[in-house]
Amino acid sequence: MPADAISRAVSPLQAKPVLEVVGVAKSYGHIRALEGVTLDIHAGEVVGLVGDNGAGKSTLVNIIAGAIRPSAGTLRIEGREVAFASALDARTAGIEAVYQDLALALDLDIWANIFLGRETLRPGLLGRLGWLDKRAMQRRAAEELGRTAIRVGSIRTRCRALSGGQRQAVAVARGLIWGSRLLLLDEPTAALGVEQQAKVGKLIEAVRARGIPVILVSHNMPQVHDLCDRIVVLFQGRKIADRPASDMTIADIIACITGAGITGTREMHA
Amino acid sequence: MSDAPTPSREAAMPAPAARRVSRAASLEFLSRAGELWTLAILIVLIAIFGILSPDFFSRASWLATSQFAVEYLLLGLGETFVIVTGGIDLSVGAILGFSGMVGAMVMRAMIYRHVATDLDLIAGIASALTAGTFVGWLNGQAITRLRLTPFVVTLGMLSMCTGGIYLLNNGGNVGTIPDIVGTLGSFAIGGWLPVTVLVTAVFAVLSALLLAETRFGLRTYAIGSNPQGAARAGIDVRKHLVKIYMLSGFLAAVAGLMVMARFASASVQAGANDELDAITAVVIGGTSLFGGRGTVLGTVIGSFVITVMVTGLILIGVQPFWQQVAVGAILIFAVAMDQLRDRLLDAF
Repeated sequence: MPADAISRAVSPLQAKPVLEVVGVAKSYGHIRALEGVTLDIHAGEVVGLVGDNGAGKSTLVNIIAGAIRPSAGTLRIEGREVAFASALDARTAGIEAVYQDLALALDLDIWANIFLGRETLRPGLLGRLGWLDKRAMQRRAAEELGRTAIRVGSIRTRCRALSGGQRQAVAVARGLIWGSRLLLLDEPTAALGVEQQAKVGKLIEAVRARGIPVILVSHNMPQVHDLCDRIVVLFQGRKIADRPASDMTIADIIACITGAGITGTREMHA
Repeated sequence: MSDAPTPSREAAMPAPAARRVSRAASLEFLSRAGELWTLAILIVLIAIFGILSPDFFSRASWLATSQFAVEYLLLGLGETFVIVTGGIDLSVGAILGFSGMVGAMVMRAMIYRHVATDLDLIAGIASALTAGTFVGWLNGQAITRLRLTPFVVTLGMLSMCTGGIYLLNNGGNVGTIPDIVGTLGSFAIGGWLPVTVLVTAVFAVLSALLLAETRFGLRTYAIGSNPQGAARAGIDVRKHLVKIYMLSGFLAAVAGLMVMARFASASVQAGANDELDAITAVVIGGTSLFGGRGTVLGTVIGSFVITVMVTGLILIGVQPFWQQVAVGAILIFAVAMDQLRDRLLDAF
């Protein structure tokens, strides 16, 4: 493990990685969705995870989020090995995933969506009866949303009355509040207009500013190139590139994704 | 990133923030206003009947209306929870009859064996509530384990329980129950507040608090709104749904006891077809059949819309069958309004 750390000293940050993915593989019968992927994520880093459809992005994200169990390999959080049995385990460890389809309950208010599954209860006997502390949740939700760049109006608005960008903001805010260690964003802007994409970009900057690393899965290459510090490319279940975004042009990224750039690319891992 | 290739709406229209906020506010009002018009209908009905028949505001009229409402309201309370999750419980009327019959038969058996009176009352109530809750548990298990739609499972349960009512006592009614049951069932506190209405009011308040103020209620809405999202948020959807159907069964059993008290016997006809009125009361009250939205207060108002019409029509000398016609029309109107509201909200 110390040797491992030295070999990874290329990272701008010397501290222990927040997340280490070591030799992770996943197969479904004969199909290998993921083969020996190794990846470090450091504090305050925005890592773009790109690849063609079926390259293994979703599988990797779902393994990190605890939704899928890997066939081989390990995950370490701040150096400690973890084995997630469910998404709940990953969340307890401070890893939050924001999925493409948002997973918001549109009939619930903004604050309720942010606290769903982790509701704050009143103290004492009422709390034991399951009585919600709505005020505390609303106050905290308003605070947290206030820290993000996006305005959504009242915290007591039903999510159905929000625009696509605002719904995305709520989903990201939920990830922000609970994702104390790592935020996974799976195609956060796929359904959004240009203006709203820019807002989500601002949100990601805000997360980075807090020192929480972000893994961004996206098909939007200009966005990935602009927002990410580092870009990881998956090709047919393998990691074929892992480089600072400043080292790559958009054309380079696309070449890697399509497999055209494999021979010409100096890989950074053994 | 502003030159993103994503096909989007007309490139970055400068939407004035103020206009967007006011539009959001009006949509917000629209999404909440649904329960209000039911109250307006109820008030109009009461006004019309009050004008046409001076007897409408009499004690007798109130006692008849409120005691009549007990049955639909108790079933409607459980049905509200079920429908908010996006399900339906067609078996509530049959559970009412079945659990009432179970309770009455336990009481009768203990009376025949000369067990102390207090005990036979308690044992009868307990067995009725257990029977109703158990049938609800079966509903929940079948829906979540066999992955069947609530419609199919509870339709099957409706049939099974209806058969069960007749099988239990060979198709006969049970009138041998402790006298206190009938006494309580016909007693009105201060002449105005029947015991059955008081019991129902207590359950209505508890249900309203459970749905609106507790974690259980919030998760009920979440499941009806987005089951996958609820599961991702760490909610055990399966367990929650089983509890919901158990609650519905339990409240149907309470209704069974109230009906037994009112008639001082358990009838094989008790509860028959009640599920339709209960569902109607819930839907008229603004609860969406698609789940995710609804209130207990709406169901209370909806139950009274149904029952006020029956007593009102009788008092003004119109055939009460018109009540069914009117309730059906209001039901269709309610669902149409609900869908219109959704379309307006989604057209954002």
